[in-house]
Amino acid sequence: MLPGLNVMRTAISTVIAVSLLATAACGSEEPEAGSGPSGTMILATTTSTQDSGLLDEILPLFDQGSDCVVKTVAVGSGQAMEMGERGDADILLVHSPEDEEQFMADGHGSSREAVMHNDFVVVGPPDDPAGVADVGNAAEALTRIADQKASFASRGDDSGTHAKELALWDEAGIDPKGSWYIETGQGMGDTLTIADQKQAYTLSDRGTFLATSNLESDIAFEGSDDLLNQYHVIVVDHEGTNTGCAEDFSSWILDRPAQDAIATFGVEAYGEQLFEPDARN
Amino acid sequence: MVEPLYEVLARSAYVSLTATLIASVIGIGLGTALGLARLPGRAFLTAVVNTGMAVPTVVVGLAVALLLWRSGPLGDLGLIYTVRGMIVAQVLIATPLITGITMSALQLLPPDLPDQLRSLGANRAQRVVRLWIEARLPLLAAAMAGFGHAISEVGSATIVGGNIHGQTQVMTTAIVENVGRGEFGVAIVYGVILLGLAFVINALLVSVQRPGASWAQS
Repeated sequence: MLPGLNVMRTAISTVIAVSLLATAACGSEEPEAGSGPSGTMILATTTSTQDSGLLDEILPLFDQGSDCVVKTVAVGSGQAMEMGERGDADILLVHSPEDEEQFMADGHGSSREAVMHNDFVVVGPPDDPAGVADVGNAAEALTRIADQKASFASRGDDSGTHAKELALWDEAGIDPKGSWYIETGQGMGDTLTIADQKQAYTLSDRGTFLATSNLESDIAFEGSDDLLNQYHVIVVDHEGTNTGCAEDFSSWILDRPAQDAIATFGVEAYGEQLFEPDARN
Repeated sequence: MVEPLYEVLARSAYVSLTATLIASVIGIGLGTALGLARLPGRAFLTAVVNTGMAVPTVVVGLAVALLLWRSGPLGDLGLIYTVRGMIVAQVLIATPLITGITMSALQLLPPDLPDQLRSLGANRAQRVVRLWIEARLPLLAAAMAGFGHAISEVGSATIVGGNIHGQTQVMTTAIVENVGRGEFGVAIVYGVILLGLAFVINALLVSVQRPGASWAQS
């Protein structure tokens, strides 16, 4: 082995130790323990819940009634579930149903509940060069895009939206390849911007599309049954996770106040409802 | 819960100033040892420091995150996605730079200065302090360069901090997020602030490096 490795390891440990000492006096981020569960909880979620602004709107409601400190990490659904598998997240808010069922079947989650849904839309240049507006379903829309070799921007990041897109290609019996098929590897907002700039089509959840500013792209196709976008909340089952806070969060988001907040989110800013709550009762 | 701009600004400053302070203590110490002492393996350590100056900040972020993730070896410290974790990463980013500049600053002092000080009866600690005083302007420049590097980096702040609104979002990660959302106005505001900061730091650097600067003559 290189002699440098030990030196590096010692150096890194020293830095961490010194930093800890130096910041120890800076006040803890943990709140005072109350009667309920407390502590830090990591919420791994899809980029769409953050990019649409939903979480910024509803999370303060949870913070008010709880001693739990929520740390929201916006990643793709695939990455969120990987974090859950490793125990690096306590709770997931994701939209990739097939992968979620696998996640539950593998015993990584203790509960999975439907929170809300909206739909995906096929977004494209305003003049719709591939002419997808009048097709019957989303798979046909993608088929037409592929036939015309019109540019298509894929998330390519193992997110829920990416999984949906791949399922649609699969349904259409097409293996998308070629210079017209761009994989961005980035979040929904970034991908929408890239698609807009490159005059490409892309698949987006409706919420993020409406919330992303400065786009010329329009909805090219919408409203078919194969575009349903369903979000679930999953409590992670792993040693060392903050189960108390996670269960609190899960029952909170399924309860009336949060569900009402989800229903009204976006009506004022975008003139339409972005998410349809599923657990209102 | 869109956070006021000044809170993000204050958090950026807090993280990077704290990191710079810690990195300066380590870097100036290490740089002094490498610059003055005849250590075994000094050439190797110098190469390590120089490599450290060129390591992309995302790589530092990845390394720190691997250690700090709950599933990682230091996961029990609970530092991932915290301001403290970001400070650790930025210390690692700024330290090689400060070490390197310190090292060359001390080597640029007149070579017979240590011997002169010794002949005047100064012990080792007194000699080091005297050399630091002689090199105070380049040492200040080292710290400022470290700060400039720390506050402008985005890679480790994203991976280790997670860009959590109200907790770990700093100016650079806010720019990335707002560009993603198409909110170019907000991104531009943060960008202009960072640009202004970079200019102020560089203006200070230039003025301390100029021996004729009025306040430096005392």
